[in-house]
Amino acid sequence: MSAPTKLPRWAELALLPLLNLGFALLLSGVIVRLLGESPWAALKLMVAGSVGTQEGIGYTLYYATNFIFTGLAVAVAYHAGLFNIGAEGQAYVGGLGVGLVALWLGDAPRFVVLPLAILAGAGFGAAWAFLPAWLQAKRGSHIVITTIMFNFIASALMTYLLVNVLIKPGQQSPETREFGAHAFMPAAHDLLARAGLTFAATPLNFAFVLALAAAVLVWIFVWHTRWGYALRVAGENAAAAVYAGIAPPRSIMGSMLLSGALAGSLGLNELLGSQHRILIDFTGGAGFVGIAVSLMGRNHPVGIIFSSVLFGALYQGGSQLSFDMPKINRDMVVVIQGLVILFCGAMENVFRAPLTAVFARFGRSKTGL
Amino acid sequence: METYTLIVLLLAATIRVATPLVLAALAGMFSERAGVIDLGLEGKMLGAAFAAGAVSAISGSAWLGLLAAIATAVFFALVIGYACITHRGNQVVAGMAITIMVVGLGPTLALAWFNLGGQTPQLDGPGQRFVGLAWPWAQSAREVPFPGLVYAELLSGHSLIVYFAAALVPLSAWVLYRTRFGLRLRAVGENPHAVDTAGISVNGLRYRAVIISGVLCGVAGASLSTAASSGFVRDMTAGKGYLALAALIFGKWKPWPTLGACLLFAFTDALAVRLQGVALPLVGVIPVQFILALPYVLTVLLLAGFVGKAVAPHAIGVPYAKEK
Amino acid sequence: MADDPKNAPPALELRGIDKRFGAVHANRAIHLSIARGSVHGLIGENGAGKSTLMNSVYGFHRADAGEVWVAGRQVDIRTPQDAIAAGIGMVHQHFMLVENFTVLENVVLGVEGGPLLAGGLAHARGALEQLARNYGLEVPLDALISDLPVGLQQRVEILKALYRRAEILILDEPTAVLTPQEAEALFAMLRRLRAEGKSVILVTHKLREIMAITDRVTVMRQGAVVGEVATVMTSPRELAEKMVGRAVLLRVEKAPAHPGETLLSVRELEVRDRLGVARLKRVSFDVHAGEIVGIAGVSGNGQSELLEAIAGIAQPTHGSILLQGRDLVAGHVDARERRRLGLAHVPEDRLRMGVVTSFSAADNAILGYHDRAAYQRGPLLNHATIRRECEKKMANHDIRPPVPALRITAFSGGNQQKLVLAREIDCDPRVLLIGQPTRGVDIGAIEFIHKRLVALRDAGKALLLVSVELDEILGLADRILVLNGGEIVGEVARADATEEKLGLMMAGVKGEGHA
Repeated sequence: MSAPTKLPRWAELALLPLLNLGFALLLSGVIVRLLGESPWAALKLMVAGSVGTQEGIGYTLYYATNFIFTGLAVAVAYHAGLFNIGAEGQAYVGGLGVGLVALWLGDAPRFVVLPLAILAGAGFGAAWAFLPAWLQAKRGSHIVITTIMFNFIASALMTYLLVNVLIKPGQQSPETREFGAHAFMPAAHDLLARAGLTFAATPLNFAFVLALAAAVLVWIFVWHTRWGYALRVAGENAAAAVYAGIAPPRSIMGSMLLSGALAGSLGLNELLGSQHRILIDFTGGAGFVGIAVSLMGRNHPVGIIFSSVLFGALYQGGSQLSFDMPKINRDMVVVIQGLVILFCGAMENVFRAPLTAVFARFGRSKTGL
Repeated sequence: METYTLIVLLLAATIRVATPLVLAALAGMFSERAGVIDLGLEGKMLGAAFAAGAVSAISGSAWLGLLAAIATAVFFALVIGYACITHRGNQVVAGMAITIMVVGLGPTLALAWFNLGGQTPQLDGPGQRFVGLAWPWAQSAREVPFPGLVYAELLSGHSLIVYFAAALVPLSAWVLYRTRFGLRLRAVGENPHAVDTAGISVNGLRYRAVIISGVLCGVAGASLSTAASSGFVRDMTAGKGYLALAALIFGKWKPWPTLGACLLFAFTDALAVRLQGVALPLVGVIPVQFILALPYVLTVLLLAGFVGKAVAPHAIGVPYAKEK
Repeated sequence: MADDPKNAPPALELRGIDKRFGAVHANRAIHLSIARGSVHGLIGENGAGKSTLMNSVYGFHRADAGEVWVAGRQVDIRTPQDAIAAGIGMVHQHFMLVENFTVLENVVLGVEGGPLLAGGLAHARGALEQLARNYGLEVPLDALISDLPVGLQQRVEILKALYRRAEILILDEPTAVLTPQEAEALFAMLRRLRAEGKSVILVTHKLREIMAITDRVTVMRQGAVVGEVATVMTSPRELAEKMVGRAVLLRVEKAPAHPGETLLSVRELEVRDRLGVARLKRVSFDVHAGEIVGIAGVSGNGQSELLEAIAGIAQPTHGSILLQGRDLVAGHVDARERRRLGLAHVPEDRLRMGVVTSFSAADNAILGYHDRAAYQRGPLLNHATIRRECEKKMANHDIRPPVPALRITAFSGGNQQKLVLAREIDCDPRVLLIGQPTRGVDIGAIEFIHKRLVALRDAGKALLLVSVELDEILGLADRILVLNGGEIVGEVARADATEEKLGLMMAGVKGEGHA
């Protein structure tokens, strides 16, 4: 009835998220201040640590790769009207697929093992998303709750496998043996060296390119194919979907399987690119960062890439910070992450109304409406 | 004889594990019955655990710690309320955000204040913890296997918070079903429009519900850091908030069945600890992870409608807007 | 009661109520006076401002200006609580009941009479039994609301108001969900309330009800009161003209129909709802090329189920649907495939089903047709074509503003509906299902849509029209089927149809049907 004046598109897509982000960072600054450190100095340290050196940039993009995968996973489900909190579990199990291929075929040629690992990661991730998706589609079980449960089940399963089955014989810590060298994702500095460029040795690897490719594919799929169209219709209005001959259960299944596949690809970066073995909790909460990244990036691949890099910088800068400021450790990054989710995801209406009022006031005089 | 003692000790462990679960699940019940999804249970509880540990360590009083825990959890509950009730934000996201933030905030503050690598100091001074209360003759009753051992292990020897949690179940049931507040609370989670037309403030009721949730999460958190253990450590809730949520769903959002679910889940936890590496007849060693995953598997089966049917409050998760 | 009613102040008086929502002026300085012991009709088209006015009176939102006087005293109504205290009760179109509560719990909600429930419930039980005796309002007090039929649920709403000692009862479109029998029972109840000295405001857009029950009637149009008369002094035609603001064109200009071959044939079609209740009971009829078949009936008598079953949205439990001789039910032809076979569908509830509100006009213009080859370029959607096609539709159907990239909600109801219609007729269907073609549509667009539908008929399409507006059915249809309780209770040729005759049939009196 009382249709509120809409924000201009650029304000909705850029200004509002930036405003929310700004407030989250401001509050983080307040916390840093409370800890007895200077927020300004902390910011400078973080920026220098994350983008000031080749090494920093490498690490930043390496972290960002994980977040692009999980952020895309959350976004694809979101467009189908589903909140996938299970990216963490799907990434974990997807990593199992990646790791198994790498363990078994680590000595096979690269062009065999890498494509197979990609398929296995996507397949295992999708498989872990299958049951929650199916239960939502067929039995109406709330996917938020089931995916939370599946995160815990994934954690128990992986712990069991690593402790009892996959553990490297004669070793205490629950992790597998190292993969064969052919299963390593080519490192960025090696690839650049081949092109005659020198770059600091960092865990940044070819998976970053794969993540960008995934973002492009998601963008094409969601906005430029009839399947993506159907998925968005089902996500926005299930009744309209049925009317249009689109079966919502199929949309749920399709989007969740794709979502799981994207999350499951995290292992390509984390395991093949950096750890070179499967280990406990290698996902490190990236599935949850994916929620923040997707929310902040307005569930759009371009936004997700930007916010992933930002979060990558936050992670990298945060670990720098913990070296230089004894009172701050990497947990501070988690705090910032939580605040970003809070402000970008749950509190966005708080600033929407005042911002809309500002636009209504100044926009009117300009356009004469 | 040996088995009997084992079972009694197992049940005693169950009670201890169940206490924070019961408190958190009932906290979630009040919130969700009013229509506000409570994914922040884990975060509020963890924040409270830190506050209790820190304040008790500084002040030397477990009671001041408890107060701080409650204040902290209520504060987070109000943040969620402000985002979701006043500004109609996404309840799932708000709960997640609070939880993630607190996971980082606890160790961060602990490091800055105590410099002990993200935990609070060991609480070993007198009055810094809620210790077990020995009932009369409990020590001597131990000699008599039945009912003495039951008396000594199951009834006696728990902290005040355990007895509080036990009393809270009938109290919650009474409030929910026998009082005006309970009627309105249930109504607002089912059809807030009906409540609004009846001249009752929907937001007022929902705020009261999330505040109650905060108070109970506060007690739950304090029980972790100042009763069950002595001090706050990183991630000490370890998913108990989500487990409580599962118990709440398993208990169909009703006090007594929720208690049952909490006890069942706590029992699996206690059992998992006992069965670690123990070979059972016929089945051999059951991997402890399988037992730990059982509550989550059961909840999924319930949600799928394979084990009974859980019907959530009708208006849960939907921000209230006057005009439909 | 002993006072001379002529000198008694009105039960409710509104003075200069004004309310704006942004740019929309929903209520313009409304004056309204309701006499004690009367039934007062408030009539107007959708969007005339009736609900806004009543929501101000009930404290759902606050009017920007104006005064409310109850029984000669000015009252300040900020919340529903204030309205209740002033003796105002309201029965909403969508019932405000808690489905899994008992009747008794619903009645006491908000007036529990103390922090504990037991006393309040016992008191309410006694009082309700008293009310039931006084007004003939029997309801099983311990039954769950979800187990009660709609008519009884409405009774609970009225009991709620009476239990709160309401002297003024506002009923918002109370018959929309009722069968004619239930509506008659409701009217009997209202007469009783009137006799007891209560005042009733009946908000409706149905002229028949106004004539049947009210003492006075106020007509609203575009947010303003445009007339108030004693009901006996007016006629439906006069009221309708006031509502619309000009002489109503009851007949759309059209030549006699020339029905051709049978294109759609429905046989013994049965649809059951989730609870297994038959909502459509073995209905059979044909629609031929070049004719408009109108389905008349009170909303909720199986029309929606009929349309949705034919469109492939609802699963029939029995019977067959033949499209040009091909059985769609036995052949398991889904909604998508039915479109391809030439069956188009303008849904009854546009915003719920017909459009995706967050999409642009262009994206909405391909809803249901998004997998057509014309819109693809290889595996991708061809956005350029989609935009061009949308521009073409906008030009052909006078859709304004002609901007495909604009979000659909930025268009008026009439323009949205024209876009939906354009989309559905664009792929040259043989059969067109049309539900409530002019719901929430402005007058200008109504004429345009009606003319377009007649033109489609003349082009040899078969049209099945469902509308709760009897005028629309009478104006457009060549043949009229009347649905009541899920059954076709009669069929009339347009030439033989009168409002009275159809009204009787809609009330369930079987016509001298020639099936």
